[in-house]
Amino acid sequence: MKPHHSGRRPPRIGDDPLFRRVLLGVVLFFVAVIIVAPLAVIGVQAFSKGLPYFAGAIAEPDTLHAILLTVLTALIAVPINTAFGVAAAWAITKHDFAGKRLLTILIEIPFSVSPIVAGVAYLFVYGLQGLFGPALESAGIKIMFALPGIVLASMFVTAPFVARELIPLMQAQGRDLEEAATSLGASAWRTFFSVTLPNIKWALLYGVVLCNSRVMGEFGAVSVVSGNIRGQTNTLPLHIELLYHDYDAVGSFAAASILATLALVTLVVKVALERQGAGRSKRPATLAGNDTLSEVKP
Amino acid sequence: MKRRVLPGLPLSLGITLVYAAIIIVLPLAALVFKAASLGPADYWRIVSSDRAVASYVVTVSSALAATVFNLVFGLALAWVLVRYRFPGRRLIDALVDLPFALPTAVAGISLTTLFATNGWFGAPLSELGVKVAYTPLGIMIAMAFTSLPFVVRTVQPVLEELDPALEEVAQTLGGSDVSIFRRVILPLLTPALLAGVSLSFARSLGEFGAIIFIAGNQPFSTEITALLAFIRLEEYDYPASAAIASVMLIAAFVMLAVTNLMQARALRYTVRN
Repeated sequence: MKPHHSGRRPPRIGDDPLFRRVLLGVVLFFVAVIIVAPLAVIGVQAFSKGLPYFAGAIAEPDTLHAILLTVLTALIAVPINTAFGVAAAWAITKHDFAGKRLLTILIEIPFSVSPIVAGVAYLFVYGLQGLFGPALESAGIKIMFALPGIVLASMFVTAPFVARELIPLMQAQGRDLEEAATSLGASAWRTFFSVTLPNIKWALLYGVVLCNSRVMGEFGAVSVVSGNIRGQTNTLPLHIELLYHDYDAVGSFAAASILATLALVTLVVKVALERQGAGRSKRPATLAGNDTLSEVKP
Repeated sequence: MKRRVLPGLPLSLGITLVYAAIIIVLPLAALVFKAASLGPADYWRIVSSDRAVASYVVTVSSALAATVFNLVFGLALAWVLVRYRFPGRRLIDALVDLPFALPTAVAGISLTTLFATNGWFGAPLSELGVKVAYTPLGIMIAMAFTSLPFVVRTVQPVLEELDPALEEVAQTLGGSDVSIFRRVILPLLTPALLAGVSLSFARSLGEFGAIIFIAGNQPFSTEITALLAFIRLEEYDYPASAAIASVMLIAAFVMLAVTNLMQARALRYTVRN
């Protein structure tokens, strides 16, 4: 942060009091309309028929089942994606091999692909029209329109989350500490858990939190592969859509309020982790970051 | 001195490659394979059908409008957050990421409720004769919401690092505020703005969840391409769905190249300064 200027200097550009007031007013107006109002309307709608109705809507068996399915999906997809992200970051930042740049771009691809395209693509692998569909069908294995399909689609859309938080950080940290540890005889696992992990724990948690938030909220990809079977393959976001189209606005917003609360908790944790140095530090917001392979300055 | 080789490459690279192959490459390859199996004539007939072309026009024009809005509003928001001190600044700074954290379906029903003709904003707007929900304007608002953080978050760090001396020199040389902003500050922000804009546009092209609630989804007027791919699937017209999805995939790869280029430029620019 730049120090403030002493009073004798001319005011900085845009510090004219009138301009400042107008710009601030316009920006705050749009923040209220575009960011705050959508959040507020969820709460207002969810409680518009009172607390008992809200509680009743949440306690609907189909809603509870959707919550359960969403949590279950996250419990499977997030740890697997975390392991993948750590492995990818370790391979890419602690070793040299041909095709590293290509691999980094490959990992980032899911961020640029529309969730709908992802869902459709998965259907052409495991669906009846797909590569393995007929074989899976005759073996009696159900992947599409069931939990495995939901988990796979969720893993696709969130594959880059952990890796892209870890790669820039581990790149910047270099390899000296790990080299010292192994030359002193530490095993690979020992080196990772006692040397690398303590240095990346906040960034790792940051990636995991964002990954979890996206898995629990994913709509497009999951809506293609789930089949939307009420009380069976409906995750919470899909259940929100179903209730909304049933003209059960209050039930829909009650379910939505759970995910909105999750989003707010995610933002709070995110800010807390950013104070620990995770996240935003070195890198602008990325859809598919290119800076991950930039050379580390000595 | 030769570097000591760290352990764990076979395992970590093995996991990475197997996972990337199964989770990322296989489905995309299956989609391309399915689309390619149509043959050029059928493929072209599907992707150039009137309804598909209309969906491209709706998607691209709404994404462009949303991106222009985000360019202006994102720059203004980043400016206010970096240069001004006011109560609630940190709260707003945190809330900027809400569109990324809020599930798209939740954003969809929420925006639709706000902008429906009986909603908080829809009611006064409809008195003025402006209809938002179930029109292209609604699509634009949903896209603007979901891609809002990109421009703010790419411009913000550059604005924070901007050397005040540059402005002071320009001021002592007698430049007006407007001309200093246009000729000194804006050029320095341009790479970051372009990076943010390309990310924002790419995201808007692929957005689905937030849009389908507010869009109205009428073919030829408010049907986005992602929805058309989805509808073809529900009609069991799998080849058509594959073909349309493959067009979106090609667009995504083009935008991936563009965003990478823009970000590389923005980063080089930041490092040089």
